Amino acid sequence: MAEEKKAQEKEKIPKMQALYDDLFFIFLLGAVVLVVFYTLWGVMELANLPLWPR
Amino acid sequence: MAVGELDFRTCPVTGLKIHRPAERLIKINAVTAVVFLLVGGIVALLIALTRWPAVHLLPAVYYYRLLTLHGIAMLVAWIIFFEIAAVYFCCTALLNSRLAAPKLGWLAYFLMLIGAAIVAITILAGKADVMFTSYVPLKASPWYYFGVILFAVGALIGISLFFASVVKAKNEGTYTGSLPLVSFGVAIACIIAVLTLAHGAIIYIPTFLWSLGLIQNIDAAMYRIIFWGFGHSSQQINVAAMISIWYLLSTLTVGGKPLNQKVCRTAFILYALFINIASAHHILVDPGPSAAWKVWNTSYAMYLAVLASLIHAFAVPATVEVALRKKGYTKGLFEWLKKAPWGDPGFSSLAISILLFGVMGGITGVIQGTEQLNIRNHNTLNIVGHFHGTVVAGTTVAFMGLTYYVIPLIFQREIISKGLAKLQPYIYGIGLVLLSGGMILAGMFGVPRRHWDITFAATQFPMSWDPTVSFALGLLGLGGVIAVIGGAIFIYIAVGSLLWGKKTG
Ligand code: HEM
Ligand SMILES: [Cu+2]
Repeated sequence: MAEEKKAQEKEKIPKMQALYDDLFFIFLLGAVVLVVFYTLWGVMELANLPLWPR
Repeated sequence: MAVGELDFRTCPVTGLKIHRPAERLIKINAVTAVVFLLVGGIVALLIALTRWPAVHLLPAVYYYRLLTLHGIAMLVAWIIFFEIAAVYFCCTALLNSRLAAPKLGWLAYFLMLIGAAIVAITILAGKADVMFTSYVPLKASPWYYFGVILFAVGALIGISLFFASVVKAKNEGTYTGSLPLVSFGVAIACIIAVLTLAHGAIIYIPTFLWSLGLIQNIDAAMYRIIFWGFGHSSQQINVAAMISIWYLLSTLTVGGKPLNQKVCRTAFILYALFINIASAHHILVDPGPSAAWKVWNTSYAMYLAVLASLIHAFAVPATVEVALRKKGYTKGLFEWLKKAPWGDPGFSSLAISILLFGVMGGITGVIQGTEQLNIRNHNTLNIVGHFHGTVVAGTTVAFMGLTYYVIPLIFQREIISKGLAKLQPYIYGIGLVLLSGGMILAGMFGVPRRHWDITFAATQFPMSWDPTVSFALGLLGLGGVIAVIGGAIFIYIAVGSLLWGKKTG
């Protein structure tokens, strides 16, 4: 019974809404944007700075 | 399902099913939050009176020590303990469900409590005069970093519990369809929190080892980038949580329902994707990273997050307007505004939070986040004025407003001193306008933040300032005193209601 009900609901939910409901997917996208644009890009730029000659 | 119905009670006002073990955790986290608000508030008075040149209260050492404590007690302890309480509420009562593992909730609580206590004691003992940013090569005692790490692990457990409880509720079918909007917003806050804590781990663990002497050197520029991946993102947890609470308060105070779920949810998702890269606005004057990196991260992509804030800033008042119009206040354009429940501290807090967050915090933030303008504001009091507009006039006021509902609904006590409660949000709000306004103005004349004596009186070359500066710093001091009075009234009412308020349950 309960499973039948669940299955029906799944069909009713539009695709975009299902995407919005997918918290893990949102987390992944958020992580990629932050880590690629901010963290990795930033750290790589710093790592490639020439050192002060001794 | 082996849960007895004994574990639940039904709220007589809202009809929500409340899971008692979750309720106990909500209570203890909320009470602890208020205790830290008290600590941070006492300290706030002392440092505000130090920045007011006419008073210049504390000696230099104590100014820096207590400034460090103020940042930690407020921005870390008060805000995050309260958020953990809100998180537990949103994954249980709002979903008709129970907390996945209450024991883990207690573990999280004690880790956070012990961590915060270690940090506070280390600061007060004079072993961590590093401000809450602890920029290397400033070095605190290892206990300081250890305390922060314990606190963070506790918070991470709390957040994991949120996700576990949401999954559990879904599986047990206690709610159907999508998460309710308020829980969805809090879920976004939790997503941002995971990203935040990951950056926190990358930076605090090596710094801890460095303070123990196990690592030779931490690069100062590198530290700043990773630290702000943590420090800025954690402010975005606060924004997402605050806005969720705006929606919750609009329902609790006037019975509002979000007008367009799609738009509101899209705005929350824009936060999850684009608000964290704005961390780069803390690095705008650093010589290392390129202009391309700075401009991309603080303008272009980040404006999508600003767009999200604008959406919420219109959606929440619109929700309130529609709800009030439904009650019959339809005359002219503004009857609803005039007849709104301004005497309900929950409602006035909501209104003050939206207005000041947007006008004082938001506008200054967008200005400061622009590379070309940042150079004028960097490290001045202008910045401090901005974030007392966001995290105090915005987040803290919203949390206070919610507390006026948490006390009757969760603690089941009547609010004491209702007349005083009516006034409290206004007193606090006016204090903050003066405090932040004074800071913003002083900063425009170049007055530095984190500075004990801008006149350099004890040096060979005293510095003189435009006369406007003493006016601005006077506003800061006066506003600080008024805000602290407003904060003290809040704490008196909150604690007093728990102790002496009439039991309603
Ligand atoms: C009664 C309310 C408050 C007053 C009067 C107040 C006043 C001040 C003052 C005077 C400073 C020092 C500025 C400087 O010299 O650089 C400061 C810094 C700060 N405040 Fe507050 N504050 C209040 C509430 C809060 C709250 C509720 C929060 C957080 C939720 C907060 C977060 C901070 C932070 C993060 C700093 C910066 C610390 C640092 O530079 O390391 N404040 N505040
Ligand atoms: Cu920031």
